[in-house]
Amino acid sequence: MAQVVVVTSGKGGVGKTTSTASLGAALAQSGENVVVVDFDVGLRNLDLVMGAERRVVFDLVNVVQGDAKLAQALIRDKRLENLSLLPASQTRDKDALTSEGVERIIGELRERFDWILCDSPAGIERGATLAMRHADQAVVVTNAEVSSVRDSDRIIGLLDSKTEKAEKGGRIDKHLLLTRYDAARASRGEMLKVDDVLEILSIPLLGIIPESQDVLRASNLGAPVTLASPNSAPARAYIEAARRLKGEQIQIILPAAEPRGFLGKLFGRRAVA
Amino acid sequence: MNLLTLFRRRPSAPVARERLQVLLAHDRGVVGGSDLIAVLQEEILAVIAKHVALDRDKVQIKLDRGDPVSTLEIDVEVPSLARPRERGLATARP
Repeated sequence: MAQVVVVTSGKGGVGKTTSTASLGAALAQSGENVVVVDFDVGLRNLDLVMGAERRVVFDLVNVVQGDAKLAQALIRDKRLENLSLLPASQTRDKDALTSEGVERIIGELRERFDWILCDSPAGIERGATLAMRHADQAVVVTNAEVSSVRDSDRIIGLLDSKTEKAEKGGRIDKHLLLTRYDAARASRGEMLKVDDVLEILSIPLLGIIPESQDVLRASNLGAPVTLASPNSAPARAYIEAARRLKGEQIQIILPAAEPRGFLGKLFGRRAVA
Repeated sequence: MNLLTLFRRRPSAPVARERLQVLLAHDRGVVGGSDLIAVLQEEILAVIAKHVALDRDKVQIKLDRGDPVSTLEIDVEVPSLARPRERGLATARP
């Protein structure tokens, strides 16, 4: 049965869009039929991270309002034929989305795909609540930093109250994805440790994505990092996270702090961040 | 990431810069109401609709925005009385 997963965080800039693209690509690379849906109406970026920005004709709002059919708005990835994108509108605002329209589209997507990954906008307003509304599972993207953890806690509260599943008395499966993790800073006590975040948020850990220049390079090139640099540390972390999402039991290994080199010591920071 | 891969890889920032230039040129055009591709798409479909009954659900539109050339492909099923269905293909290069 199709799984609808919302990728959410509350706070902006923590890596929701990067994580949606990378998890979506990783699931597709493992043979699943995947669509990634951008809910950030007015400020879309998933198309850019996926490298499909030149090919957008219709968008989510066009489909919600009946101006285009779902098949006309879906953009198939040029590298993976079982990966599609449903872009958000750039010119409208989030009030253009209706609850009924979103429900209908999610229903249609469930018939076509194994996995529907919804990239939530930041915040806790209408766009974010619509993105989580019909989800079966949630990936809560968090940085090991106080404001991100606080916002994630707020989002977890919404996931337990504002989703369709929660309103029917059920429980939505929540997973913590710790992104932009800098093991060296955590070991020096400059960043919250994984255990600190897990203890505070108390939801199961899906993966730890290390801070890496491979992620920036991938978004520059317009490819999910699992496709742009499949052997890099963040790509491997996303691929394992995707396998855990599918229910596989894989042990999570804490990223080790890389030893600081001569230059890093000289300048008081790591030469390669 | 070691020094070898650092030298072997071409820098990615110029790619990002070029992609943004193409994209923003289009985004600004849309806000200013002068998105040529969107205008062409609507007018081409309107012309076809003047002559045949057009089923919008069966219109396939493919787009590739680029610099200096964008391509717009509109694939329409044109019903014909005399012969079986023909497919017309319009390609616009502004």
